Amino acid sequence: MDAGLTLNIIWFVLIGVLLAGYAVLDGFDLGVGAVHLFNKSNEHRRISLNAIGPVWDGNEVWLVTGGGALFAAFPVVYASVFSGFYTAFMLLLFVLIFRAVAIEFRSKRESHRWRRTWDVLFSCSSILISLIMGIAIGNVIQGLPVGADREIRISFLSLFNPYALLVGITTVALFMMHGSIYLVLKTEGELQQLVRSRVNNTVIFFVVSYVSTTMATLVYFPHMAQPFKDYPALFLVALLNMLAVANIPRELHRGKEFMAFLSSSASIAALMALFAIGIFPNFVISNIDPAYSLNIYNSASSQKTLGIMLRMAVIGIPFVLAYTISIYWVFRGKVKLDSMSY
Amino acid sequence: MDTELLARIQFAFTIAFHYIYPPLSIGLGVILVIMEFNYIRTKNKMYERMTKFWVKIFALTFSIGVATGIVMEFEFGTNWAAYSRYVGDVFGSALAAEGIFAFFLESGFLAILLFGWNKVKPAMHFFSTIMVSLGSMLSAVWIVVANSWQQTPAGYHIVGEGLRARAEITDFWAMVFNPSSIDRLSHTLSGAWLAGSFLVMSVSAYYLLKKRHEEIAASSFKTGLGVALFASLFQLFTGHSSAAGVAVNQPAKLAAYEAHYDSSAAGDLYLFGWVDEQNRNVNFGIKVPGLLSYLVYGDFNTPLRGLNSFAKDEIPPVNFVFQTYHLMVAIGFGLIGLTLLGVFLLWRKKLFTAAWYLKLMVVAVLLPQMANQLGWFSAEVGRQPWIVYGLLRTSDGLSKSVEAGQILFSLVLFSIIYLLLFILFLFLLDQKIKHGPDGSDHIVSSDLTARA
Repeated sequence: MDAGLTLNIIWFVLIGVLLAGYAVLDGFDLGVGAVHLFNKSNEHRRISLNAIGPVWDGNEVWLVTGGGALFAAFPVVYASVFSGFYTAFMLLLFVLIFRAVAIEFRSKRESHRWRRTWDVLFSCSSILISLIMGIAIGNVIQGLPVGADREIRISFLSLFNPYALLVGITTVALFMMHGSIYLVLKTEGELQQLVRSRVNNTVIFFVVSYVSTTMATLVYFPHMAQPFKDYPALFLVALLNMLAVANIPRELHRGKEFMAFLSSSASIAALMALFAIGIFPNFVISNIDPAYSLNIYNSASSQKTLGIMLRMAVIGIPFVLAYTISIYWVFRGKVKLDSMSY
Repeated sequence: MDTELLARIQFAFTIAFHYIYPPLSIGLGVILVIMEFNYIRTKNKMYERMTKFWVKIFALTFSIGVATGIVMEFEFGTNWAAYSRYVGDVFGSALAAEGIFAFFLESGFLAILLFGWNKVKPAMHFFSTIMVSLGSMLSAVWIVVANSWQQTPAGYHIVGEGLRARAEITDFWAMVFNPSSIDRLSHTLSGAWLAGSFLVMSVSAYYLLKKRHEEIAASSFKTGLGVALFASLFQLFTGHSSAAGVAVNQPAKLAAYEAHYDSSAAGDLYLFGWVDEQNRNVNFGIKVPGLLSYLVYGDFNTPLRGLNSFAKDEIPPVNFVFQTYHLMVAIGFGLIGLTLLGVFLLWRKKLFTAAWYLKLMVVAVLLPQMANQLGWFSAEVGRQPWIVYGLLRTSDGLSKSVEAGQILFSLVLFSIIYLLLFILFLFLLDQKIKHGPDGSDHIVSSDLTARA
C-alpha cells in the first residue's frame, strides 16, 4: 500500500473515535433523557437533569467536531450523506435544538405544568435523537443509492425500513441502559434504589434488540461479516463487546457502579468498532453500482490536508482529553442540588 | 421559489439568528474576566455577586449560541453539497480546527464557570473564566478565517476538472492569514465586544433608573463603558482597514458599498442615498466628492474602479449592499458618540443621575446587534454572485439531490423553533434581569454619585 494513503486510514479511525466518543458521552445523557419520565417526583427529575447538567453541552461538542472533521477529511462523504439524508437530518437538528431548549428551560419556572411539559419534550426528543441516529446507521449498513455523480437520491420515507428501525430501536435501548447506569453512579438513597431496579430491564431490552439486529445483519447483509471471515482476529472485538455487556450486571451486583459504567462505555465503543470494521474501507456502499461507493480514498481531502489535520489533532487531542477528564473529575460523585442547579 | 433562493434564505436566516448570540458571549466573556479579576484582586464580595449575575446571562446566550451553532456546522453539507465538495479540503480544515481548539475549550471550562463555584478554588474558577472567554474568541478566529477565505481565497490550488474540480491547500498559513483574515477578525471581535458591553450597560442602566442593585449596576456600567470605549474606537480603525482591504481584494464589493459605477472618476463617499440600479446612479444622496478615493489611495482625485467595468453577472445587488453598509457605518459612529458621552458624564460625575442618558442606554443595546447583522449582510451579499470570490458561483454550490420543497419544509421547521427560542430567550432574559443579582444590596443611592 502507498505509504501516504495510510493517512486516509488514520482519519477513518480518528473520525470513528470521535463518533464513538460522542456515542459514549452523549449516549449517557441521551439515555438519561430517554428514561427521564420513569422518575416521578420533581426532585428526582431535577437530580437526574443535574446529573447531566454540567456535561451534556460538552458531549455534543464531540458530534460537532466529528462533523467538522468529516467535512475536512472526507468532504465528499460529508456533502453526499448530509444532503442525501436532508429531511431526516433537518429533523435531527430540529430535535437536538429542541432538547437543548427543554433542558435549559425546564427549571426556569416553578409551575408544575411548565415542568411536566418540558420533561415530556425532553424525554421524547432524547428518544427521537437516538432513534434517528440508529436509523441513519441502519441505512448506511444496508447501502444507499449513490449515483455516478456521487449524489444520494433517496426518499425520506424509505429510510424508515424495518432493518433501519431495528437498528434505531437498538440504539435507543443501548443509550437507555448506558444512561441508567450513569444515573446509578450519580445518585444515592431512595432514587438510586429506584434507578438500580430499572437497570436490569434496560440491559434485557438492549440484549434482546441487539441479538435481533445481529441476526438480521448476518442474514440480510452478510458483507458486514466478511472482514471477520477474512481476519478471524477481529472476532476479539465481538467477544469484547459481549464480555462488556455481560460484565454490567455483575459489577452492579458487586456495587462497583463505576466499573459497570466503564463496561457499558466499552460495549458502545466495541459496537462502533464492529460497525466501522463492517463497512471499511467504505463510508457508504452504493447499491446502484459498487464502483460508486464512497470510500476512504475517493472521498478524501488531499494528502497534504490530511497531514495538516493530523498535526492539529495530535496537538489538540491531549488538551481535549485533559479537560474532558478534569471536568468529569471536578463533577465526580453524587449530585447535590444548589442555587445554581437546573 | 427556486432552490437557490430558498437555500440562501435558509442560510441567511439561520446564520443571522445564530449571530445574535456568539457576539454577546464573546463580549460578555471579556467582561466576566474583568469582573472576576476585580473579585480576585480585592476579595470584595460585591464583585463575586456581580460576576455570578453576569455568568447567568452569559450562560443563557451561550447555550442558545451552541444550540443554533450545531445547525450551522452541518448546513454546509445539507444545503451546499457541491460547495462542500469543492472547498472541503480548505474550508473544512478551519472548521475542524474550530472544533478541536475552540469548542472543547469553551464547553469544557463552561461547566466549571457555571457549576463549579463551590467545587474548585477561586483561582481555578478564574482560570476557567479566562479559558471560556479565550475559547469563544478562538472560535471566532477559525470561523472568520474560513469565511475570509471565501472572500479572499489564498494558499490553495485547483485540482481536477468539471464537477470534480476542487480547491486544495498548498500553504496552510497562507490560507489562515489570507488577505482579509486579520482585518475581518479584528472587526468582528470588536463588534462582539460592543454587543457584550452595550448589553451590560443596558441592564445596568435599567437598574440605576429603577434604583435597584445600584452598587453592582454602577460598577458593571463602568466596566461595560470601559470595554465599549476601547471597542468603539478600535472599530473605527478596523473598519477603515477592512474597507481598504476590500478595495484591493474585492473591488466589485467596494464599488457596491458606495454605488461607484464610473471607473474613470474618483470615488465619492455617500452619507446616505438610494441606488437606482437600472440607471446606475444614486438618488436623494448626499456625498463628499472624492473622499472614497482619499480613504483608499490618500488622494481625492485618483480614479477608482467602478461597477461598470464588471460584467453584469459579476455585480452584487448594489442597493442592498449600499444600504446595509451605510447603516452599519452610521450606527458605528452612533456607538462612538454614545460611549464618549458616557465617559464625559462619568468624568463630570453625572453619569448615574442623568436619567435621559440612562434611558437612551437601555435601548441602545439594539444598536450593536443591528450593526453586526448589517455588517455581515453587506459583507456576504457584497460577495455575490460568488460563494467563493472569483472561483465558484453561489448557484453552482447547491446540493443537487435536495429539492425546493424539502428546503421550504426545513425553513418552516427552523422558523418555528427559532421563534420559540427567541421568545424564550427574551422571557428568560427578562426574568433574570428582574431577579437581579443574588444576596444583599444595601447601598444608599446618594453614596453612588460620590463613588462615580
